[in-house]
Order: sequence, then C-alpha cells, then structure tokens
Amino acid sequence: MPERYESEGAISGAGMGGAMDLAVTEAETLERTPEGPDGSGPAGKPRSLWSDAWRDLRRNPVFIVSALVICFLVVISLWPSLIASGNPLKCDLAKAQEGSQPGHPFGYDGQGCDVYTRTVYGARKSVTVGVCATLGVALLGSVLGGLAGFFGGFWDSLLSRVTDIFFAIPVVLGGLVLLSVVTSNTVWPVIGFMVLLGWPQISRIARGSVITAKQNDYVQAARALGASNSRILLRHIAPNAVAPVIVVATIALGTYIALEATLSYLGVGLKPPTVSWGIDISAASPYIRNAPHMLLWPAGALAITVLAFIMLGDAVRDALDPKLR
Amino acid sequence: MGRYVVRRLLQMIPVFIGATLLIFLMVNVMGDPIAGLCGERQCDPATAAQLKKEFGLDKPVWQQYLTYMGNVFTGDFGTAFNGQKVTELMSTAFPVTIRLTIVAILFEIVIGITLGVVTGLRRGHPVDTSVLLLTLVVISVPTFVTGLLLQLLLGVEWGWIKPSVSPDANFGELIVPGLVLASVSLAYVTRLTRTSIAENRRSDYVRTAVAKGLPRRRVVVRHLLRNSLIPVITFIGTDIGALMGGAIVTERIFNIHGVGYQLYQGILRQNTQTVVGFVTVLVLVFLVANLLVDLLYAVLDPRIRYA
Amino acid sequence: MRGATHATWAAGAAAIALAATACGGGGSDNGGGSGDSGAVLSSSWGDPQNPLEPANTNEVQGGKVLDMIFRGLKRYDPKTGAAQDMLAEKIDTSDSTNFTVTVKSGWKFSNGEPVTAQSFVDAWNYGASLKNNQKNAYFFGYIEGYDKVHPDSGKQTADTLSGLKVTGERTFTIKLSQKFSTFPDTLGYPAFAPLPKAFFDNHAAWIKKPVGNGPYQIQSYTKGSKMSLRKWDGYPGDDKAQNGGVDLKVYTDNNTAYTDLMAGNLDLVDDVPAAQLKNVKADLQGRYLNTPAGIIQTLSFPFYDKNWNKSGSQKVRKGLSMAINRKQITDTIFQKTRTPATDWTSPVLGEKGGFQDGLCGDGCEYKPDEAKKLVKEGGGLPGGQVRIGYNADTGSHKEWVDAVCNSINNALDNDKACVGNPVGTFADFRNKITAKKMTGPFRAGWQMDYPLIQNFLQPLYYTNASSNDGHWSNKDFDKLVNQANSETDTAKAISLFQDAEKVVRDNMAAIPLWYQNGSAGWSERLSNVALNPFSVPVYNEIKVG
Repeated sequence: MPERYESEGAISGAGMGGAMDLAVTEAETLERTPEGPDGSGPAGKPRSLWSDAWRDLRRNPVFIVSALVICFLVVISLWPSLIASGNPLKCDLAKAQEGSQPGHPFGYDGQGCDVYTRTVYGARKSVTVGVCATLGVALLGSVLGGLAGFFGGFWDSLLSRVTDIFFAIPVVLGGLVLLSVVTSNTVWPVIGFMVLLGWPQISRIARGSVITAKQNDYVQAARALGASNSRILLRHIAPNAVAPVIVVATIALGTYIALEATLSYLGVGLKPPTVSWGIDISAASPYIRNAPHMLLWPAGALAITVLAFIMLGDAVRDALDPKLR
Repeated sequence: MGRYVVRRLLQMIPVFIGATLLIFLMVNVMGDPIAGLCGERQCDPATAAQLKKEFGLDKPVWQQYLTYMGNVFTGDFGTAFNGQKVTELMSTAFPVTIRLTIVAILFEIVIGITLGVVTGLRRGHPVDTSVLLLTLVVISVPTFVTGLLLQLLLGVEWGWIKPSVSPDANFGELIVPGLVLASVSLAYVTRLTRTSIAENRRSDYVRTAVAKGLPRRRVVVRHLLRNSLIPVITFIGTDIGALMGGAIVTERIFNIHGVGYQLYQGILRQNTQTVVGFVTVLVLVFLVANLLVDLLYAVLDPRIRYA
Repeated sequence: MRGATHATWAAGAAAIALAATACGGGGSDNGGGSGDSGAVLSSSWGDPQNPLEPANTNEVQGGKVLDMIFRGLKRYDPKTGAAQDMLAEKIDTSDSTNFTVTVKSGWKFSNGEPVTAQSFVDAWNYGASLKNNQKNAYFFGYIEGYDKVHPDSGKQTADTLSGLKVTGERTFTIKLSQKFSTFPDTLGYPAFAPLPKAFFDNHAAWIKKPVGNGPYQIQSYTKGSKMSLRKWDGYPGDDKAQNGGVDLKVYTDNNTAYTDLMAGNLDLVDDVPAAQLKNVKADLQGRYLNTPAGIIQTLSFPFYDKNWNKSGSQKVRKGLSMAINRKQITDTIFQKTRTPATDWTSPVLGEKGGFQDGLCGDGCEYKPDEAKKLVKEGGGLPGGQVRIGYNADTGSHKEWVDAVCNSINNALDNDKACVGNPVGTFADFRNKITAKKMTGPFRAGWQMDYPLIQNFLQPLYYTNASSNDGHWSNKDFDKLVNQANSETDTAKAISLFQDAEKVVRDNMAAIPLWYQNGSAGWSERLSNVALNPFSVPVYNEIKVG
C-alpha cells in the first residue's frame, strides 16, 4: 500500500483539460484490478481476460451500437462520396444561410456551401485527428510509462516529474500558444500538439499497470527461470498491462475530436481549405440565432462521434473489469 | 507526516521550474511580439530595437528566463505591454476566476456527487441509465457550444440572466458560467462517484456494517460514501488547476475578465510576461492542490499513513 | 518611493476634485434638448494595446478615449471630416515650411493647469524622442531635427526637436524639413495633443489615470475591464458633453457585446458584428447606424517575391481583382456595411478631397471570364494557387477571405485556386510582413489618420513608406507624390495625388476590396448617436434619457 500512495504518479492524475480527466480517473479503478481478490488468477478453467471480455462485449448493446456507428464513420471517412455526391469546396454565396431544401437536406452555410456535403466530408479530418492523436499518444505514452514502471529508479522519478510538468499546463492554453504560430493547413500540427501534451496521461496509466503486473507471481516465476528483461516485458507484462491503456485511449479519442473543435473555436485549430467539423462549428457559432442549422448538423455529428467512442471505451472497460461484472 | 510533506514540497521545485521553463519556451516560439504593437504599419526600427531592449527580448532565451525567474522570486512579475504591472493584472483577474472556480466546484460537489450516489445505489435502474446517458451527452458536446446555447436561451431568448458578466463578477452572475465551466467535470464526477459507490457497496466492510444492523443512512454516509469519495476528491482536487486555466473558453463567451481572459489576451499579444506570470501562479495552485488532496487521503482512509 | 508616488497622486486627485467643485455650480445649464445631461451611458470597448499616451496610441480603442479626454490644435468635424481650428487661434505660413501657431486663451487641463504653447511643444518633443518609445513618433518626422531625436539607428543626439520654438505664452513656431502644404490639417491627429505638466512630473500616476483637456475626465480606470469617464464641467470648449459620462466596458468578443445590447445590459455597440447584421433591423428597430468611415480594405502583394513581380504579374493581379464579386460579398457577408471599392481612397474624403468614384475602372468589376483570361495571359497563378494571408485572432477576417476565395475559385473554375492562409496572431502576422515572408497576397486594412488623400497614398505606396507592406516601388508614383506635397494650391495638389493613384491602378499595386463603414447600434435610452469619419462614436453629442 505505501508504495502506491507514495509515488503520487498514481494518485494525482488529471490535467489534459477537463475533457481528459475521465479517462485517467476511471482507469485508476481499473488499474487496481489485478491487485484485488478476483485478479490474482482466475480459478477453474484458465480463460484469458480477453476472451472473457470479448464474450461480454458481443452481448452488450451499448458496444454493438457504438461499434456500428464507428464502423459507419470510418467508412464515410474513407469514401465520403458514397453518401454525398457534392463538392464540399463548391460554394455559392448567393445561397448563404439558406435552410433545408430539396437535394440539400441540411441547407447552406454562411458561405453558401452545402452543409450536408461538408458534414459528411468533415468526418474524415475529425476522425483522422482523433485516431492519429490517440495512436501517437498511446505509443509514446505506453513505451515511456512502461519502461519507467518496469525499471523504476532514477528514470522513473524523472518521468514522474516530467509528467507532472505537463499536467500542470492547461491544455487549451498550450494549444493557443503552440498552434498560433502554425501556418500549415494540414492536420499534423494539431495531432503533434495533442501527442505532445497528451502522452503523460497514458504514460502515467501504463506505468501504474506495469508496476502492478510486475508484482504478479508469473512474472516472478519467469524471472526466477532466468528470462531476459525484454522477454519479461514483452511476453509477460505488456499483454497484462495493456488493457487500461486501451480503455483510456478509446475514451481519449473522443475527447481529442472535441478538442479539435474547441481549438478551431479559438482560431488555432485546423485551417481552410480543410473541411472539418471543428472549422464549421466555429464558423457557425456567431450565427446561432439566425441560422441554427449551420451549427446543429456539424455539432450533432461531432457529438455523436465523441459519444460513440466514449461509449465504446466504457463498454470495453466494463468488460475488462471483472469487479463490475 | 511532516517528512512526507517536506519531501513533496522538495519534489515540487523541479516541477515548478520545469513547467515555467516549458511555458516560457513555448511563448518564445511564438516569436517577436513587438511588430504587433505598431498597428497596420511597420514599427520604426529604432523604437522596435529599444522596446526589445526594455522588455529584455534582445537577450538569449535562457538569459531571459533566468532574469525573469530571478525577478519572480522578488515578487516582480514584469510589465505588460500596456504599461501595467502583471501583479496588478493578477490582483484583478484572480479574484474573479477564483469565484468562478468556487461556483464550478460547488456544482461538481453538490450535483455531481448527489447524482453519483443516487445512480451508484440504483445500478441498472431507469434513473441510472438516463443520468448516465445525460453525462455522456454533456461530455460529447464541446463546452463552447453548450455555453453559446445557454447564453442565447437564458440570456437573450428568455431573459433569465444577463448574457455577460459585469466587471464586478459577483457570485450571482457567475452561476451560469460556472455551470458551463463545470459541465464536463460534473459529468465525470457523477460517473466516478457512481463507479466508486457501486464497487464499494459490495466490499466486506459495508457488508459487515449492514450485518451489524446499522441503519442504511449511516452505512451510506459513514462507511460507503467516506471510502468512495477518495477518487472523487482526487479528481476535484486536480481539477481546480484545470478549471482555473481552462476557463479561457467560458470566460470568452461570457466576457469575464479573469485569468482565462488575461491569458488569451496575453497570448494574442505574445506578451511573455503576462502569460508566464499567470501560468506560474496556476502551476503553483495545481501543485498545492495536489498536495492537499494527497493529505486529505489520510483523513478519509484510515488505512493510509504517510511516513 | 511608493509612498511618494501615492502622495503626489493623492495631491493630483485633490486638485481634480477642487477643480470639479469649483466649476460644478454652473455646469449643468448647457444640457438642452430632451436628454438628461447627468445620465451616464455604457459603451463597448476593447482593451487598448499600448499605454494611453497620445503619441503611443495607434488603434481605435485607445483612440476612442483620447478623443474624449483630449482636444488638439485642430479637430476633424464629426460629420464632414474637415479639419477645423480647435485650440488653434491661427496657424500661419508663407512658404509651407515655417508655421506660426497661436493657441487660444482660456483653455486648461482638467487638473486646472492652463494649456499653453509649452504644453504642445513639450508633448511633441516627448512624442518624437526615441527614448520614450512612442509608437507614433514618425508623425513628427516632418519636423526639423527629427533625425537627431529619433535616428534610425544609434543613440539620439538631441532631446528636443530643433524645429519647435516657443515664442510666447501662447505662440510657437514649427519648422519642417520639407515642404508640406497640408501639414496643419494633420494636426487633428491625437498624437499632436497637448500634455499637462503632471504627465512629465509623475508619469506613472498619469498613466494610471490620464488627465487631458477634453470634454470628459477619467473617473476610474480598471485596466482590461472598465473605464469610467465623466463629464468635465469646467470644459471651456463649445463641444461640451451632452451626457453625464461614459462607462467603457471591455469585451473580448463583439458578438457578446451585441448580445448584451439586446438584453439591455449595454447602451452602445460601435462595431456591430457581421453575423448579427441580418437581425439588426428587427432587434433594434432603427436604432442602428451605418455610415462611411475612412477605412479601405485591400489585398497587398509581396513585391519582393519575384513570382509576384515579373512581367505579366500585373495581369494576374488585375485578373484576381476581377474575379472578386465585391457586390455579392459586401451584400451577403457584410450586409451592406461595406461598399465595393472603385478607387484606392475613401468616399469620406469627398470629391473635393480627392475621392474619385470609378477611378479603378473595369479592374474592380466582377468579370469572371475576363478574369480567367487575364490570369492565363499573365502566366497563371504563381505555384498554381494563391493563399490570402490574414490574422485569425481579431476582426473576423476569415469570413470574407473565404468568400473572396470562393469567388475567385468559381470565376477561375478551379476549387483549389485560392485558399485562406490564417496566421494565429496579429503580432505574428505583422512579423511575417515586416520580415518579407509573405508568399501570396495578404489582407491590408488602412484606417486614415487624417482625412487627406495624401494619407491614403503616401504611407501605403511610396517607396519604403511605413505601411508599404508589399514593398511596391514605382518612380513615377514617388515623383508625383513629391510634386503634390510641395504644391501649395490644394486643388492642384489633389489632382497630382490622383495622377499618382492612377499609377497605382495601372500596376494594380494592391487590389481594392471595399470601403468600410462604421456601424453602431444603441439602446432606447440614447438619442443623437453619430459616428465620426474614424468610425468612433461622437460621445459628447449623445443624449441619454
């Protein structure tokens, strides 16, 4: 017990803006799992955590719905022309702010662009930002956090301090400062910024779960049998420590998509001619009184996407957490 | 206990230096702020050079940082471009943001924990499902959309509140902005409390308490809640810093002249002194809040003793 | 040290209080009309960027305050923009180089100090001197000795301008380093305001609470949030305040200010955001104003980039100009608060002042087919795409840049021909311009300093002028401007300036977009609201109640 509470890496976990905190704190409950009475090795048939979880998920309606939504999103991100025939960059100012009409179910935005087409095409960049940022954060975070947790000592303390530093800086503030100098109109600066300020969150989780997994009997056994560090880390610890990272990452994915919109609202998100929900939402926000449809559709699409990822993460967490079963 | 606090305080020093250095470098990356001061024309080179010298911008970054930190320790946070002392800006901005944060935290505690307890005790019940869904919706909609919608509906269409906050920014005016600021965290607190309550409900000590025949109320408040609140308090504690610095969006929507506003202005004008000064204080708040949270643990969980 | 500061400040405050009570007795008999001359109105404001010194304020928000608390030698008529004598009894010259100024008697600052010739000379010397970091110092650049007090590099060798001499209690002489016939007309610019001794004796206290000689005095000032100005009862001028005072409230976002106006939380918004213009008639039922202001928006080109400065480039520039549907954009995006530009000046100058409707000719008309042809003839767009640079932080430029790009894309039939290129902050935007790092056309807005055609041309297109951001250079243009400046006959001078403007047109040195109007909306409490040609509300004439 003292070990756990002395290294405040495990307890003070928040900071990536409000939006990121859920992941950290909820995962804490999870990361404790293997210590608990149920986690010390399932009795009876040795079924893996993963097959158990999968069996659970298949029956969970929340999982099915959110997975379907996400599949749909991925498909239209890859091939938007499947359901939208127009060109999102073709706009006619004469039709600015007009409402719904035949062939243009969502109406037109302030520049006279078709809102339906833009909403469909907007999925690509939003999903790209979410997925790439999450992959980057998860990779960097779990490698650094995992190594620090496994080897401990000086590098561990150093990493803990560094994560503290990053947690102390409000994320929106960091975005304003770092992204306001960017002139590139690709998605990479935004993703890079999210990885830069997001990895400590995952590294903290990864570190915690590696420390827990390290103390398991089978790891001690492997070590006693003379297995090398890398073998222990890859074969024995990683598979058992990765669950919390996956959960947090899924939930974080949704929040990254929402964060992109907030950054656009503050004028430092993605830049035209990129089509993204964030850009459209922020462009529509002053018109909320005159032409609410301009705001409603992209914001609705964004909310549904974020919701789908958070619910997916939620379902995965429930499935991976034997205590709540 | 004493040793623990001292060690934690010592650990704060590198974190403090690192965080201020990081933000200092970040603001420096933004480049030369002088050009923005001359309107739509070129600053004449002589004045620009002299301004740079006066703000210490002609020196290498590390030297600027050392000078700055040296001044900070003597209580001099520098001067903003409009000729005002940064400490003066702080003295007007922080009280406003502190009030806003208090309102937000109160919302989190009162509404968040109540909803969390109710849903946690009734898992699977319709109340539980609908609250859970509601929290997800709140999390999914970006704060600025929520804020703009509430401002439009409550402030303009229905006229229940003033759409913006006056310079005095008293508690009454800050209720809606506070709710907007707290909304996402509020949803988290609800979910966190719910999970924690549901988990602890099945623990041995609760079963024992029930078996002893204690009244339900006493079991919930004295045994269940006290233990379940630990992760919630962690969250709220660390959220204080995030709320204060993250109020940029909320303060912008409701025209509140607090920390978020000053930071936003500071960044737009690339005013290193303002931005670094405010962030320095925010980092301190964050570190101290974290320490307090950890100390609160000992109060809440009798099993924890700090050596 | 701190104690001392406080003591002087307190003494200053006491003096103001005394002055106020001494003159308070007979102050309220000039109200007239229906208004309550004691009532205070609230108005939207933005946080001034620089300290509120007259020679250090170069944007509208600080200018608003200076316009209320200062009166200079000249004042631009709020309606016509013509420069009229204010504190100047007369300004004489025989050679357009040496001027003799006589200051009217009876004027004083609101702390009781009299306004003398010395008040002006001290203020101007302060404004010009390099060591005071005044951002508008270049306004004194025509005065002899400026190169000594404000050298381009190195240390200054004099503290005062040799061209300024106090010759009596109320008279001083100005010697210019070159002929400048309309120089007296520039003296209405706030940088030329007089300053009281208190400014120099206790600068820190003055900055906290500026003291001037205008119809209002500052009651309290919370930086970044609010400034309360109150009518100065002892004000000796004719343009006394018709209301009890003005509370300026800082807004970060003018949409919020407008929302506040609708909710009855604010009396006056002097920049109605484009997004709200569609509702403005219904929301305010006529309490809305949309008048021309001396502001023109253009697109400048980086002439230091050889892609934009080769033979045939002017055809590409003209083609781009003709691909912009100005009327549709001003009607839709700006709801007629901008007027399509047909020259490079502003209608507020009037025909007599040099504005010439249609000088631009077909180059400013929307002709998509011809535009396409011209761009092709000129060798096509450099790099196949134009990226219009603008700053994303203020002024909601994104909307019109996107609209301009869509218009160009539609005209050229290529949806990638033009994209916006936002730069995060204004400072960074200016940095890129100053460092000659722009690669495509970029936003250039020009708000006149004084209503003279010279001000719309020389600072923007003269070789190496302070606001010639595109670094365009043309010998013919420079020659014509020089001739015009030394011309003593105003009509002749203006026609020479127009000839120079035609050189700008023939090269399409910048694409004129539209003339910006000032817009304002106000609450039911107010009447007699007007905007001056600088799009600043004429506060002293507003009636409350």
